Amino acid sequence: MENPKEQLEALKDMRNLMERSSRFLSLSGLSGVAIGIFALIGLSLLYLKLDLSPFNTGFQAKLVALDGNYKDDIFQFILLDALAILIASLVVGTWMSVNRSKKLNQPSWDPAAKRLVINLMIPLVAGGILCLIFIEKGELAYLAPITLLFYGLALVNASKYTVDEIRNLGIIEIVLGLLAFWQLEFALLFWGIGFGILHIIYGIFIHTKHQNK
Amino acid sequence: MIGELNKAFESRVRLGIMSILMVNDSVDFLTLKEMLQVTDGNIASHVTALEKLEYIEIKKQFIGKKPNTSYSVTNAGRKAFTEHLDALEKLIKISN
Repeated sequence: MENPKEQLEALKDMRNLMERSSRFLSLSGLSGVAIGIFALIGLSLLYLKLDLSPFNTGFQAKLVALDGNYKDDIFQFILLDALAILIASLVVGTWMSVNRSKKLNQPSWDPAAKRLVINLMIPLVAGGILCLIFIEKGELAYLAPITLLFYGLALVNASKYTVDEIRNLGIIEIVLGLLAFWQLEFALLFWGIGFGILHIIYGIFIHTKHQNK
Repeated sequence: MIGELNKAFESRVRLGIMSILMVNDSVDFLTLKEMLQVTDGNIASHVTALEKLEYIEIKKQFIGKKPNTSYSVTNAGRKAFTEHLDALEKLIKISN
């Protein structure tokens, strides 16, 4: 350990260990792409069901104007649709990240992964509960901005424990969430950008950047 | 200059253990083993040596019925390791 080249190697080793032991770096970029596609499919189904298009501003008015059986039907559809997207995303995201850890020969459920999940869950659960409150009050139009905003907060909060790109993604989701609150008529469009298109873009970005590491 | 380097951190495994503990509140044996990819005995001997120097603390407890040993860095260990890294950095700067 006396010559500089060896010392440099040792330093590189240490830096790598520090990073690997405190961050979950096996996040799968491709799962981000898959999740984005799920979100877009789910959103398209909702547009079809409501007979709207992404640039139609009738979203909130349509929900408010619903009555009787049709309203219950729409409510049920939105909830099932959202739940299906959530479950499909969780399953695919977890599965692909675990696979990636195996490929990189790294533990998938280590302290870093636990910290990532816990810090992700705190804002997400709070947002989820808020969603339930709004559902109970019959205000479904607000679900899109709430999910965007709290998902963004969750990403920013968890970004310390995974790849750096997640922080910027979180900040953009927060901005989109606020915009969706402000322009509620376009909430679904913002939701599609945030959960669909951004996931695909960031997924490809993370995949190409971290592929060989 | 070489004199400033801490002999206690001469082995790669010890450098690795210290690096991991510097950025984590506490780490258990299995995690250390998976991160460093060395044998149980190898890790055990190095953590014992670092504990003797009071650079790390060992905490033994039971999680359910399973014994669990976790390690964390002490203030003295943090200071010694930081000084060692500073010395390494100087050395590399000079040789460049």
